[in-house]
Amino acid sequence: MEAGETGTRTYLGVPLYRPRVAFFEFSSCEGCQLQILNNESTLLDFLSLVEVVNFREAMTARSDDYEIAFVEGSITRDDEVKRLKKIRKKAKVLVALGSCACFGGVNQLKNRFKDLNRVNKEVYGKRPIESGPVRTLEDIVKVDLKIYGCPVKKEEVEKIVLHIAIGKSIVLPKYPVCMECKRNENICLFELGEPCLGPVTRAGCDSWCPNSRAGCWGCRGPADEPNMEQMKKIMEEYGFSEETILDRLECFGGFSSLMGKGNTK
Amino acid sequence: MIFRTFEKQELKKLFDILAAHNRIIGPVETGRDRKGQPVYAFADVPEYNDIRLDYSITKLPAKRFFLPFKEDLSTFKIENGDWRKEISYNVERPLIFFGLHPCDINALNKLDKVLLHSVYPMPYYAAKRKNMFIVGMDCVPQPYCFCRSMGSDTALHGFDMFITDLGSRYFVEILTDTAYNFLKNIKTGEPEEVDHIQYMKVVAKRNNEFTTQVDTTDLTKILDMEFQAEVWKYWGDKCLACGTCSNVCPTCYCYGVDETVDIDLKGARKTKMLHSCNLIDFAAVAGGHNFRPERHSRLKYRYYHKHRGFVEAFEESLCVGCGRCGESCLANITVPEVIDSVRGNWRNK
Repeated sequence: MEAGETGTRTYLGVPLYRPRVAFFEFSSCEGCQLQILNNESTLLDFLSLVEVVNFREAMTARSDDYEIAFVEGSITRDDEVKRLKKIRKKAKVLVALGSCACFGGVNQLKNRFKDLNRVNKEVYGKRPIESGPVRTLEDIVKVDLKIYGCPVKKEEVEKIVLHIAIGKSIVLPKYPVCMECKRNENICLFELGEPCLGPVTRAGCDSWCPNSRAGCWGCRGPADEPNMEQMKKIMEEYGFSEETILDRLECFGGFSSLMGKGNTK
Repeated sequence: MIFRTFEKQELKKLFDILAAHNRIIGPVETGRDRKGQPVYAFADVPEYNDIRLDYSITKLPAKRFFLPFKEDLSTFKIENGDWRKEISYNVERPLIFFGLHPCDINALNKLDKVLLHSVYPMPYYAAKRKNMFIVGMDCVPQPYCFCRSMGSDTALHGFDMFITDLGSRYFVEILTDTAYNFLKNIKTGEPEEVDHIQYMKVVAKRNNEFTTQVDTTDLTKILDMEFQAEVWKYWGDKCLACGTCSNVCPTCYCYGVDETVDIDLKGARKTKMLHSCNLIDFAAVAGGHNFRPERHSRLKYRYYHKHRGFVEAFEESLCVGCGRCGESCLANITVPEVIDSVRGNWRNK
């Protein structure tokens, strides 16, 4: 079956268009791409829905003829800006894959330091590299779709790709992680004496961390209209310092636009 | 109604007889909270020693066994250009609930009114409800319980047998022939006058232990009058819109339906997911309009459904007063306080 053409796969008798997709990475650990490859049991089905033409982590072949670009990572250098713009020009649809691409991810933590040269020296010592402030993909180009998470939840990526293939709308949960956490019958982390950002973080991860009794760090960013003011009150009430709260809220960059603000709705 | 008494050691025998061929769901301890207090949940009980009949309350109700958080309503097999629909009510075998408190039994009775005895019964619920056997058990009132205000502190029906601890022995109410037949397998006796006196003593003692009250007098009318009250905004500002109250509620049954296609394109399914009226998209409709975009209005309608709409339809509230929602709410929004504030008792504060 040729990529980019209507393939042999059908759904309800209707032949499905098989888009050409490419995976790219910028400043990141490339763990989100690895998540996709991690899905052995459904990998072949996944690959039959799309034609992967560029995926450095998975194959040697390279093609610049693609329609959908999944882009992982944040942008920290000028050459990355150029490369990203090139990808944007070629791709009909650009998908930000994972928290680094969407919010800057863990990388953006360095933005809080005033002197980035000192940061560079601290990390790279005598072999400094060019690395400026961390920016999200959206800071540089137009992003059509964001897939949150550090790493992304493979089931969610599969669902999104499937919906692209069969033409079904893509809907991410608007509510916070607590909803999924209760469904999974976890004991509330606050009750166990742990801080957790579940009440304000966007669901969709199936409360991945709380399922293992680890409090949420907000990697998927805020739910729709999170109650930040109340979240802070709860953290205080349960005896967590402001530093603990900020550590979590700042960790992945998803809450940066809400820092210091309460939501009044 | 038939009453019996039996010695305490007979309870294990009863459990073992029931467990021999059935799946038993009962209260078990799943951990300790930060204060060292046990945390309880309804779960499969493989051994009598695992059951914690002295449990205070479970964090989550037994709801997931008859109203699962997530349940396939139908699955579709797609083959050779054609498709076939399959429906399962997802009942494997009967379930025995051992040790349900009156509030949770009353919750089932309330759900029955909507999901079993209404114009359009829900077969998925009915199939499970018809295949359960309930051993009720008296509780020790907790500081957050207000079931007595909601008329749910005792269960008059909705169970097969109900056990009360008389101190030295158990007193059991038998409502069904199934329960009667099971009890034939253990040593029971006719209650004597001393048992009746002891029963009434125990009940009277328990009645005095309820500390939290909710004034429900004229509540439907008051809720109508106070529709625009400022207090709703106060609670709305606190609300996290996280849906926890609905998930821990034994009577919340609202749901959404999700249609998904399997990644191999050979199957599809319609999945029912319990939702919450406090979630931001609860009242969002096709076209994008959201009828309740504000937290306080969503919270308000939760109370209107529980304490007004349901009362008008069924002459009773859709709240059993178990207090789970208030206990689980990280923002400390509790039913007694919300209702108290709506009744205007906060105006002078």
